[in-house]
Amino acid sequence: MKHLISIRDLTRDSAVALLDSAQQLSQVNQRTVKSLPALRGKTVVNLFYENSTRTRISFEIAAKRLSADVINFDAQASSASKGESLKDTAQTLEALGAAAIIVRHPMSGAAHALANRGWVSASIINAGDGRHEHPTQALLDALTIRQLKLSGSDLTGVKVLIVGDLEHSRVARSNILLLSLLGAAVSVAGPAELVPEGIAAMGAKVYKSFDEALAEQPDVVMMLRVQLERMLKNEAFTTRDYVKNWSLDQTRLGQLGKETVIMHPGPINRGLEISNQAANDPRSAVLRQVENGLAVRMAVLHRVLSGEVTN
Amino acid sequence: MSQRAVLDGPDILRALRRISHEILEANEGPENLVILGIPTRGVELAKRIVEILEAIEPNQSIEFGILDITMYRDDLVNAEREILETRLPISGIDNKVVVLVDDVLFSGRTVRAALDALTGYGRPKQVKLAVLVDRGHRELPIRPDFVGKNLPTSVAERVSVQLLGSDGIDQVVISG
Repeated sequence: MKHLISIRDLTRDSAVALLDSAQQLSQVNQRTVKSLPALRGKTVVNLFYENSTRTRISFEIAAKRLSADVINFDAQASSASKGESLKDTAQTLEALGAAAIIVRHPMSGAAHALANRGWVSASIINAGDGRHEHPTQALLDALTIRQLKLSGSDLTGVKVLIVGDLEHSRVARSNILLLSLLGAAVSVAGPAELVPEGIAAMGAKVYKSFDEALAEQPDVVMMLRVQLERMLKNEAFTTRDYVKNWSLDQTRLGQLGKETVIMHPGPINRGLEISNQAANDPRSAVLRQVENGLAVRMAVLHRVLSGEVTN
Repeated sequence: MSQRAVLDGPDILRALRRISHEILEANEGPENLVILGIPTRGVELAKRIVEILEAIEPNQSIEFGILDITMYRDDLVNAEREILETRLPISGIDNKVVVLVDDVLFSGRTVRAALDALTGYGRPKQVKLAVLVDRGHRELPIRPDFVGKNLPTSVAERVSVQLLGSDGIDQVVISG
């Protein structure tokens, strides 16, 4: 595997193999010596055109655990703000020795362009492109569900409900693709104007209301972040309506089963898409997700950088 | 491509029994031993050595473990390798006598990686190396403590160890 751009690059078996690797690597966190020499001497660049703290830090720690050298390139503070193109920036980074470029970009397809236009020969890992995909988030969510639901090698039979702003969510898109690929029954619920057409074609059942979806007793409820920075431009959007219809509040929390897992990709807007109580509930797997993110990103970095040299 | 079997099932059994006795002799008994198999074939060999040791010393249980070295290899670029399980005794390996078990000793790079991997888990009192086949052509200053069979080979030949658990038959085959 040379790049990780989209969940569509994976097969069921290659996804399971990545989760298995990540599961083994998660044990490294329990050791006194937490670093492995696997990527010694390789340079990994975090190329971020959008704000992100947790994803960037997670990739940075993952690469450092594998003994790679890590460069953080904050495109907002650099020559990109002087107008340098993605292509020029990437080629510059490669000339400086980058073996892998982890890219986050506000434009859907940016990672795909970097990987496929022949601009650079480095491995490209998509850390979120526009509304398109965020594959490592989906992998860490799948790993978390597999651990908590003890579902075996894949997620056969697990009912997952994804709730909220599906329109802008690359997390939702990657998750729908991956969780279905692994055999989970994925359903979604969100305000009509935030449920894009075509989501059913990706393999998800669409519910018109949160309460109706909850009545189906999902095993996992994944709350999406309300992307306020995008929503406030929309005049029809009011937080009061959103909280009333789509928040995992105290009442809805009470309707969840004893074993239902609550997930959220972070950062959390407490009191908006999820109440304080729900976020702090023992069934919440939010911190487990963060931990698994590290292991998954180690597995992905190892996989793309240990692949056979094909060109 | 010519192929010939150099060890059969009974040969392998005899070799493992002798290695087990040698381990006990060198360690002056079964105390403090940890037998660590290197995936994949080394794991089954290590399990068999543990069984033989426990048959010889019925009052002593021998600690067994698996040491995956994928992340410590220096030839990462050549192949996509799966990361396998590492499972060590709960009591750790500090101050134990660790016997690494592998099927074939060739360049010595696997063992080098295993020694590196061990430092991540603790500081054994001693580390020893047991292999079923030593085929020569070392690229590093590494030598085995316990050897099933010394097999002079040419670099171009391939030595493959087949075991009941993974291959359905016990034998060592040279091809090339």
